Amino acid sequence: MTAADLAKYAAFIWPAYGLTIGFFVWITLASLLSSRRWRREVERLQSEKTREDQ
Amino acid sequence: MRLPRQLEFLSLPDRFMAVSAWLAPTIGALAVLLLEFGLWFGFKVPPDYQQGATVLIMFIHVPAAWLSMFGYVCLAVSSFLSLVFRHALADAAAKACAPLGAGFTALALATGSLWGRPMWGAWWVWDARLTSVLVLLLFYLGYIALRASIEDENRAGRAAAILALVGAVNLPVVHWSVNWWNTLHQGSSVFRVGGPTLAAVYLIPLLLMALGYTAAFGALWLVRIRAELWRRKARTLSLQAANR
Repeated sequence: MTAADLAKYAAFIWPAYGLTIGFFVWITLASLLSSRRWRREVERLQSEKTREDQ
Repeated sequence: MRLPRQLEFLSLPDRFMAVSAWLAPTIGALAVLLLEFGLWFGFKVPPDYQQGATVLIMFIHVPAAWLSMFGYVCLAVSSFLSLVFRHALADAAAKACAPLGAGFTALALATGSLWGRPMWGAWWVWDARLTSVLVLLLFYLGYIALRASIEDENRAGRAAAILALVGAVNLPVVHWSVNWWNTLHQGSSVFRVGGPTLAAVYLIPLLLMALGYTAAFGALWLVRIRAELWRRKARTLSLQAANR
């Protein structure tokens, strides 16, 4: 596939790839950040519980 | 009802957390590798004799469309297991799956539209395939909205699981819509009786991308189930702290 082949349909190909990359970046970050947030929350609550028990 | 003995590990959140801690990054790394190879081979293909360079959109559109259906199968199976066996892990899996499936379905519709415009001359047509995929997206969104609208999480899970199972009726309609009706959308060219009609030069990158998408789905699903299990544990600990 040459640059000339791509140029004719660039207005459709690049937005499709851009959307796909954007989706993967967003869903990956959202999933990882959510997991990290709740893990930290559990760790915080568990350490609070341990402190209170002592 | 109890799960068969061989599947009992699926119902143990601690066991799941231990396995998914190494399985999610492993599958994620595999996904990156497969997608890299898929794109590498994909951008080396010659332009299609009819579709020109827009054939490149096939490598991202078709796997997204497959995953939109695969995601719904995962949602329906998890919902079934959560309804019948009342397992919290199955319910968490269903909840974690819905936004992923909705994302892949929206991506399939958007990239399909960008492929349809230069090939069909239209961004959207109300043919059976496109319409049934839109209905699939609405089932995903309905599932997410229903879960969010009921405060009691157990009731929300059961109501949403029933909706997910009702929506499974749409899956054969999506798959066979191109055979049952006269559609502008092309028929199956990979999973069909008599084998694929796609030339190997296009089929190989397509299958690599499809495997990459599936691995990415698997890794993200595991991460999202883990997040949901952490959230539930945090809620339990908060309630315990409030009662002390």
